Amino acid sequence: MKLTFSAEDEAFRAEIAGWLRKNLVGEFAALRFRGGPGDEHMFPAERKRWEQKLAEGGWTGIGWPRADGGRGCSIEQQVIFHEEYARAGAPGRVGHIGEGLAGPTLIAFGSEAQKLKYLPGILAGTELWCQGYSEPGAGSDLANVKTRARPDPVGGGWLINGQKVWTSLAHEADWCFVLARTEPDSQGHKGLGFFLVSMHQPGVVVRPIEQLTGTSEFNEVFFDDAVAADIVGEPGDGWKVAMALLGFERGVSTLGQQMQFQNELDEIIRIAKSNGAAVDPVIRQRIAEAHTGLRLMRYNAMRMLSGSDSGHDQASSLVYKLHWASWHRNLGVLAMDVLGPEAEIIESAPYNLTRLQSLFLFTRSDTIYGGTNQIQRNIIAERGLGMPKEPKGKLS
Amino acid sequence: MEFRFTDEQNMIRDSAAAFLQDVSTPAAVRKAMVTEAGYDPELWRRICQELCFQAITVPEAYGGMGLGQVELAAVLEQMGRVLLCSPFFATVGLGVNALLLAGSEAQKQQYLPAIVAGELTATLAWTGPQAARRGGQWGCEALGAEWQKTAEGYQLSGELRYVIDGHTAGLLIVAARQAASQGREGIALFCVPAGSQGLNRQWQPGMDQTRHQARIVLNQVCLPESARLAPEADGAAVLETLLDLAKLAMAAEQAGAARQVLDMSVSYMQARVQFGRPVAGYQALKHKAADMLLKCEVSRSAVYYAACVAQEAIDPDGDKTLAGELREAAAMAKAYCSDTFFFNAGTAIQLHGGVGFTWEYDVHLYFKRAKASELYLGSGAAQRELIASLLLG
Ligand SMILES: Cc1cc2nc3c(=O)[nH]c(=O)nc-3n(C[C@H](O)[C@H](O)[C@H](O)COP(=O)(O)OP(=O)(O)OC[C@H]3O[C@@H](n4cnc5c(N)ncnc54)[C@H](O)[C@@H]3O)c2cc1C
Repeated sequence: MKLTFSAEDEAFRAEIAGWLRKNLVGEFAALRFRGGPGDEHMFPAERKRWEQKLAEGGWTGIGWPRADGGRGCSIEQQVIFHEEYARAGAPGRVGHIGEGLAGPTLIAFGSEAQKLKYLPGILAGTELWCQGYSEPGAGSDLANVKTRARPDPVGGGWLINGQKVWTSLAHEADWCFVLARTEPDSQGHKGLGFFLVSMHQPGVVVRPIEQLTGTSEFNEVFFDDAVAADIVGEPGDGWKVAMALLGFERGVSTLGQQMQFQNELDEIIRIAKSNGAAVDPVIRQRIAEAHTGLRLMRYNAMRMLSGSDSGHDQASSLVYKLHWASWHRNLGVLAMDVLGPEAEIIESAPYNLTRLQSLFLFTRSDTIYGGTNQIQRNIIAERGLGMPKEPKGKLS
Repeated sequence: MEFRFTDEQNMIRDSAAAFLQDVSTPAAVRKAMVTEAGYDPELWRRICQELCFQAITVPEAYGGMGLGQVELAAVLEQMGRVLLCSPFFATVGLGVNALLLAGSEAQKQQYLPAIVAGELTATLAWTGPQAARRGGQWGCEALGAEWQKTAEGYQLSGELRYVIDGHTAGLLIVAARQAASQGREGIALFCVPAGSQGLNRQWQPGMDQTRHQARIVLNQVCLPESARLAPEADGAAVLETLLDLAKLAMAAEQAGAARQVLDMSVSYMQARVQFGRPVAGYQALKHKAADMLLKCEVSRSAVYYAACVAQEAIDPDGDKTLAGELREAAAMAKAYCSDTFFFNAGTAIQLHGGVGFTWEYDVHLYFKRAKASELYLGSGAAQRELIASLLLG
């Protein structure tokens, strides 16, 4: 076991930290500690320009293979990048769905032509993506998607019809990857396709959904004979591609996410010390517990990234989502309790929340998106402990 | 960064697991736990001769294996799994660590080879009844014995409690304070051999029968100059580091035991049929099991990290920044593993239903061990207060 980084890796750390110090200035200075879950609605235009700045610096797709235009960095270097990025307070990435999900999926399953067509826009930070999985009738039960894809009699490709929901950043996105049925009567995992659909066409309508925070980061998306530019893999492969993509969600960026959590916890500790909450024995216990939970989350992620057990369903990665989501939700509650009655006072009317209020409210979604806590527990029990699978019901 | 066991560490873990599952069967545990010694000397002899676990952290210069805290944690985790009744935790997790950390060359020469040979067991004795008061503090506040300088050396008096294997250990490392000293001042550690005049030791039977503890009275025990560990060192700092290492060792055991009660529960639930199907199929139970597994995995991460940090702290050439994290890392591991083991053991009783409440089923042995090991060295809440004081002052 080895916890320390090599001299080469430390040099890489100095490089990215230095670049951020030099570039996170001027018009970008206002973006520090902004964006990211719960704050996605803020500064969209500036953050898009920041994506391009990052690309100019060569800091997009750092974990992608060199052959695909990436930088081919080792896991260690990716970890360092994400840590330094969050440490510097660099803004939440509007490009993360493209870079973290669409890109790796195309690299794994896309044709050469598709890679050439889509990867450069992702790397340059000029084309943003959204994820069209959930539907009104298919959330936890993702295999229940009803959106249809039918062969386009004119263009020869596919036409998409149906509705997606909770689509994060659809209002900013240029592209959406859509899970849809290629065989009309198919059920469950079968007969699905994984489509790439341009958001800039008449058959696509995006309708923002107002969240309990009063802001809108996710949307309803309606497809009415929308043209799919491409299908990744064969018709019928959709489930396989879609699930592989979900695997990319649990990646190296988890350590950067933790640095963001650390920034939040630091802020809570700062407040507790200044308003006197730090002497309350119960608050002390909860702060210590939060600190412990975050440190242990880090060690667990390090084990996960080191490939601690054999097999891809290793237990340290199975438990990861449930752990961070529950921890972060509790942090939101702790923030309010440390603030006391001040927690109630918002920044301004009509409903402008402070960062910690957004944290408190938004973290209620952490235990829902990306697989609810309940679905995570099912997966842990079934794959991690070999307990029986959930029975599947049939209505009517 | 390579935060995983090496092949060699995996091998040590696997051979420990295989051997211990063979020898520390539930029947063997139940037989050993009702004896006064609390362990089977024949099994201890086999452990010492066939596996040499007692030698794991002892440097090769003293005949040991020269391995580190990570290997020690790996072995302790497996011992926790089977509730091994043995003087291992006390000897290696307390005694050997004390000698390594603060023993003089002569003390190491005298005791370490004997421990390696399986002829000597050891433990650490420091707490008086104070450990039970004042919010369960086990540090310098809790010392139960006093020392004075004499013409020939030192004299020790006082009462010590909760001393693991204190009635059987061949060597007691005793932490005491100078008469009339306060706080972190005046603390020193001594080697007190079992046969010393004025030493009175009694087994104090406990609710957790799988690990025995003693009450010790020191009545003007006279020791030569040479009995004192690291006379120049800050005794309080030595004791605190020792307790950090002890927390780590305990946490490693707890992590293993927590996983074992989970596995026992899952296999019981797979076999037990109610309402026409195995109860393992019911989601309320699956979700409990998932929560248990989450806690187990995080516990292991906590233990291995603290073990790496401890190694840096013990190694004179270790990474100083990492070594500086020992206090916090050990407290976090002890806090998290204590809570995990108790949660898992308590949940395991529930998941077993009525049989979980019987003397015949082993779950209660784990449940009792969970509470005992949680309270020893300070509960999760006590560790968290320590962490809070590091963070918040
Ligand atoms: C902020 C946010 C952003 C999102 N972004 C996107 C996005 O960009 N793209 C996208 O495709 N989706 C997105 N989602 C959707 C998200 O993936 C779904 O909300 C989630 O999978 C849950 O589905 P559902 O909302 O339909 O809840 P349901 O599936 O209806 O669940 C309702 C309740 O029942 C429980 N439940 C359901 N099934 C089971 C079961 N088998 N066992 C036990 N309990 C069960 C759930 O845990 C939950 O408590 C987002 C959601 C949120 C909140």
